[in-house]
Amino acid sequence: MKIHEYQAKEILKRYGVSVPKGVIGDNINDLLEKSEIIENPIKVVKAQIHAGGRGKGGGVKVAKNRDELKQYCENILGMQLVTHQTGLEGKKVNLLLVEEGCNIEKEFYLGMVLDRAIGRLVMMVSTEGGMEIEKVAEESPELIFKESIDPLTGLLPFQARELAFKLGLKGKIISKAVTFMLALSKSFIDTDASLIEINPLVLTKEGDLIALDAKMSFDDNALYRHPEIIQYRDLTEEDSKEIEAKKYDLSYIALDGDIGCMVNGAGLAMATMDIIKQLGGEPANFLDVGGSATKEKVTEAFKIIVSDPKVKGIFVNIFGGIMKCDIIAEGIIAATSELGITVPLVVRLEGTNVEKGKALLNSSGLSIISADDMKDGAFKIVSAIK
Amino acid sequence: MSILVNKNSRVITQGITGEAGKFHTEQAMLYGTNIVAGVTPGKGGEIFLDIPIFNTVREAKRESDANVSVIYVPPAFAADAIMEAVDAEIPLIVCITEGIPVNDMIKVKRYMEGRGTLLIGPNCPGIITPNEAKIGIMPAYIHKKGSIGIISRSGTLTYEAVHQTTALGLGQSTVIGIGGDPVKGLDFIDVLKMFQEDSETEAVIMIGEIGGSAEEEAAEWIASNMTKPVVSFIAGQSAPKGKRMGHAGAIISGGTGGAAEKIEKLKECGVYVADLPSEIGKTLANILQNRK
Repeated sequence: MKIHEYQAKEILKRYGVSVPKGVIGDNINDLLEKSEIIENPIKVVKAQIHAGGRGKGGGVKVAKNRDELKQYCENILGMQLVTHQTGLEGKKVNLLLVEEGCNIEKEFYLGMVLDRAIGRLVMMVSTEGGMEIEKVAEESPELIFKESIDPLTGLLPFQARELAFKLGLKGKIISKAVTFMLALSKSFIDTDASLIEINPLVLTKEGDLIALDAKMSFDDNALYRHPEIIQYRDLTEEDSKEIEAKKYDLSYIALDGDIGCMVNGAGLAMATMDIIKQLGGEPANFLDVGGSATKEKVTEAFKIIVSDPKVKGIFVNIFGGIMKCDIIAEGIIAATSELGITVPLVVRLEGTNVEKGKALLNSSGLSIISADDMKDGAFKIVSAIK
Repeated sequence: MSILVNKNSRVITQGITGEAGKFHTEQAMLYGTNIVAGVTPGKGGEIFLDIPIFNTVREAKRESDANVSVIYVPPAFAADAIMEAVDAEIPLIVCITEGIPVNDMIKVKRYMEGRGTLLIGPNCPGIITPNEAKIGIMPAYIHKKGSIGIISRSGTLTYEAVHQTTALGLGQSTVIGIGGDPVKGLDFIDVLKMFQEDSETEAVIMIGEIGGSAEEEAAEWIASNMTKPVVSFIAGQSAPKGKRMGHAGAIISGGTGGAAEKIEKLKECGVYVADLPSEIGKTLANILQNRK
């Protein structure tokens, strides 16, 4: 689960990570009034959307006085912000963060993430702050420094010092950096985060270390033990079909194509998308109905697929193990009659009770195109919508 | 021969009285798997599915001499269940549970360091040696005793490969689903090593997916260590960046984990890559034919 920058800063602040003074709002007058508490006349207006790259898209502006502040708030609030992560249509800005400006001496990168190769969390820092870390990793990996974290001890002070020295920090700032890193690491572990990125981490002319930006996301599997984090969820940032799918424990991801897919198992669902693409079609979605699909779940899955106006045909690819093919067939029949599906429907069934399932589909009187294997099915749906 | 499990495996089920634990233990018994006991805290002393239930894994192991434990415990309690089995010195643990928090698995992995236990999973279909032992949730009837070792990060896609090799008459020596989570037990290289040493395995199918770099590391290991042919398929060639495709581990992030890079690396290392998921079996059959 992703959250907004201002929410991430709220969490981090609670743990003792330094963040700039800021106020949040969705109304301009209200924001201007609230921002009076920030003494520094230089203030930064930041659009709060989940996508990155906001600065380049015009969603972050530095105001030198109250007039500029008003102007920028008006410009950004309500705009359709387009960044490299939003897609061409962009995302509407509903919320602004106004923060105290600061005198930047140096910019760094600090991130924390799982290192899959060793099965431990790592803290990473780089002197190349403000840059895309992927680019740094590719072009100059020697500028990224890592410390892996033993789950028994958490990040240790000497490891934090090591990272601070690598950033070239000196004197009193070292102990500030250690405090910053230990607090951040604790917040990550306590909240079951899956990613924290501070980019840039700023050293001010006054000698403070501040998280100028903060990105935080969380392990969906651990949300059950963090009601305080679930409250940060912003449904307006998520695809409505994906929200609906989650309610029924279906794993759905919207894509750009026109062939709706319904598959059991994540790997098979991806492979089904792949084969459609290789045969010249474009999948409209990834949809895994899971291992224990019921008739009701299949019906809900169909509803979500057909609610996408781009869908010109549907391919159902099921390898029933635990899931019996006759149950799936009943679900397909119930859904097609209930929803009155008019687009071509290709069904490939394999696995437990496959003969029963096929017989049910054949005798249903519905115009379902049956397929022998997944390649045959993909070929038939791609041809059917041409 | 086969790897890890066979007709002599003595298996206990942790979480046997839950819905999934009960159903799959019954299925495993029907297949002929030697299930010797169950563990459900608080139900010790009862008899369930004609086998004794114990409160703790330690007790179950002492009384039944088990050497494999399969776990169907709900996600919030699964990490604890794994560590209990590790502490009881069960040599092989198979964790089927899906949805365990990453931080819990990080702790499990740390806990297992320096101890002798092997872990398969979590979030996996399990392991089967056809006609000998089925430990997990895979449909039994698609398997056939044979010479192909199969290892996979995905469940139903494994069934696809099994089904194809059965239809071609090749059959399987052992099939292992290692699971789709980012922090897990056995990985590709561990299992490839076992298949390389197993006299019954003639060739290997390795099914990967987007996310992480385990396939790339396996490719390098294969190039310098493996004499048996390996056929691979990578799912997620059409997946967009930054979107998690069902499995917690299946995500392309930070310019790594994409299918194209994995496929290129595999080919470079002498692994045969099937272009389509429906051609995995056929690709393998052709290679075996040409070698004869």
